Amino acid sequence: MQTAIAKTKTKMWAGGRSPFNVSYGKLMMWFFLMSDSFTFGAFLISYGSIRFSLNHWVDHNYVFNEFPFTEAHLPLAFVSLMTFILIFSSVTMVLAVHAGHKMNQKAVEKWLFLTILGGLAFLGCQAYEWTGLITGQHEVLVNGVIEKWGTTVSHNPWGPMVMHNGHWVATPGPVAFGGYFFGITGFHGFHVFTGVIVNIVMLIKTKRGDFAKRGHYEMIEKAGLYWHFVDLVWVFVFLCFYLI
Amino acid sequence: MSAEITTQLPATEADAVHVKRIWKAFWVLLILTIIELALGLTIYYIEMNPDYSNLLVLMIKGVICILTLAKAFYIISIFMHLGDEVRQLILTLAIPTTLFIWFITAFIADGASFKNLRNTDAGSRKYIQPKEFHNVPLEAPAEKKEKKLD
Repeated sequence: MQTAIAKTKTKMWAGGRSPFNVSYGKLMMWFFLMSDSFTFGAFLISYGSIRFSLNHWVDHNYVFNEFPFTEAHLPLAFVSLMTFILIFSSVTMVLAVHAGHKMNQKAVEKWLFLTILGGLAFLGCQAYEWTGLITGQHEVLVNGVIEKWGTTVSHNPWGPMVMHNGHWVATPGPVAFGGYFFGITGFHGFHVFTGVIVNIVMLIKTKRGDFAKRGHYEMIEKAGLYWHFVDLVWVFVFLCFYLI
Repeated sequence: MSAEITTQLPATEADAVHVKRIWKAFWVLLILTIIELALGLTIYYIEMNPDYSNLLVLMIKGVICILTLAKAFYIISIFMHLGDEVRQLILTLAIPTTLFIWFITAFIADGASFKNLRNTDAGSRKYIQPKEFHNVPLEAPAEKKEKKLD
């Protein structure tokens, strides 16, 4: 029994076949994604650590409540739209990968194109959100004078409310909020941007028939792994900044 | 170059099952997200009441965290097909990821320690419970908050 196990083990790792049953490229993509998840994890955990250490943090329901074409304050509405866009583009990507398995070039092109559109829509939403935050004009009491601030890496107008001349007005909040929010969503947006570029390259290569000639669409699978990882990270960014 | 290189494989029974599984994962993710949003909005309305229960909000946030982990599991196992890979690969990726358990615990504890030092002047005085501040919604009546901010 012992020798039998030892035998199969030597065989598995003795070369000549892949113990993980995946190609080199896919395995390395997995390892890259794991290391990237630690990078994102470090950012998010550092954010959590600072947030835990402070007596007051911003209330996300009041910071993120803009929606295009309306003056109404709608907490969570815009970010849920962004989340749905990203989930949907994840589905189109996995369908592109599936079409690749079936060597169906037309279907790969169609699903990849939809994925790219989803990615671009997400980036557009993020640009809109950032613009709204940075250019916003929020009253904030600074040294006894009311000023109007936007939310940036150096200004945070979402601090505790105080009474000033018979009105409630906010005081400056922790600067760390802007740094973490723009840093982490920016890093994630950069990943989305990279993913869109990768997908565009894949679409061009598919259209040229490169993968059909090669006999497999494994590159689409690798691009797909990266794209799903971007969606996976968004799930956690969404949790940490908008939900809790 | 020529078109005959592309030999599209015929759709089989297994493909239909596979595509169905993908769409099922999509609906699961969508529904989980909608539940998360509903819970997030519940927190928003609970916090509008100046004397809301912190414990209740914390519990809802805990439920949201669990739902997020479920979403992550669906994305990794169905969309990234990790569930279909061999066990060795799954373990090679999953075991290092357990470092996150230490990572999160240690740094959250660190944050709590910072907070303690902040509110005790680095241990030189008794802990003073900080005032509970809350961002007042613009349309909220001011007199309700008054007793809270004294």
